Amino acid sequence: MILIINICNEKLHYYEFVRPVCDILKNNKLNYFVKNYKNVNENDLKIAEKVIICGASIYDNKFIEDKNLKYFKWILDLDKPILGVCGGMQIIGKLFGGKLKKKTEIGYYKENFNKNFFGLIGESEVYHLHNYYADFLKLKEFEIFNYGKISQAIKHKKKEIYGVLFHPEVRNKEIIETFAKK
Amino acid sequence: MKTENKIKMKTGILFSGGKDSCYAAFLAKKEGYEISCLIAIESQNKESYMFHTPFIDKVFLQASLMNIPLVYLKTKGEKEKELSDLEKAIKIAIKKYKINGIITGAMESIYQASRVQKICNKLNIECFNPLWQKNAYVHWKDLLKNNFKVIIASVSADGLDKKWIGKEIDEKILEELKKLSEKYKFHLGFEGGEAETFVTFCPLFKAKII
Repeated sequence: MILIINICNEKLHYYEFVRPVCDILKNNKLNYFVKNYKNVNENDLKIAEKVIICGASIYDNKFIEDKNLKYFKWILDLDKPILGVCGGMQIIGKLFGGKLKKKTEIGYYKENFNKNFFGLIGESEVYHLHNYYADFLKLKEFEIFNYGKISQAIKHKKKEIYGVLFHPEVRNKEIIETFAKK
Repeated sequence: MKTENKIKMKTGILFSGGKDSCYAAFLAKKEGYEISCLIAIESQNKESYMFHTPFIDKVFLQASLMNIPLVYLKTKGEKEKELSDLEKAIKIAIKKYKINGIITGAMESIYQASRVQKICNKLNIECFNPLWQKNAYVHWKDLLKNNFKVIIASVSADGLDKKWIGKEIDEKILEELKKLSEKYKFHLGFEGGEAETFVTFCPLFKAKII
């Protein structure tokens, strides 16, 4: 059972940022349940084998406000695989002490992955939709999978905490499939 | 211009009169959003990637059947100029109808979706794409389940000849269309412009267009 976390402030954004991830799991016959980030409880984390934190709209930064970070503290203690997508990766970065930096990227971009990240390696096309990114360069407990100043894909060195800045549910669905199946 | 969830957000629908923008409007209404206006762009360029649709002049009728004001602009359809025309139309909607969000029917096209996203980001308003990445067959099924009456307005793909024009899609015809899309490898949702659709009735309309 995979826990999918919705961080969107607007109801209508569920269809754009959460449903596509649900559809990927559904197509792979994987069980999941969806919770809003403010309603995740101990039992959800107990029954979930893995967690995916979906992204949000470019205009929506409510989830990353300091007052809302308390809803994600469980990430630090949970000993299960977690994948943060875009806003989800920003949350992971901020929780571990990284800073949010401004960078607007919308549309297709080519990124260069120097290590294999769930099948993504070398120059790959990804879909970006963000105004901010979390700076992981100074976070020594994380491994970074690409060249350049902006971390595109990261993994905690000791835990199974993963993050991607881009939206794999759009053009790199295999990342979600591999994470969910492994 | 930020809106709290409890307040009904005023939105404008980027509207072509086809199945996707009508369904996006339907979903927005269902989820409690206020549709303050429809925004339609008539392109004089038949090759336009953003706006070309054969029945665009009929959106006046659809708007009146929904009792929703329409912002209607013409563009020559030159590649980047049509985007500034779209921005102009959205600015009119912001000023006249105080919208703080745009809703589109984009399903797959990164070209279209990212351009609308960029304009909304520049104008500091929300952008919603509730059909984003939706499976085309599931989408057709949802349209039929919700009593949408959709006809084929034009065709331009192998496997879809002129006899399809004017056909209303029902369960049986959908299966036929699905088989053709598999055989001729076209997108069942017509995301590549394989065909254009026109909605003659949906739950937002007061009456059916005959």
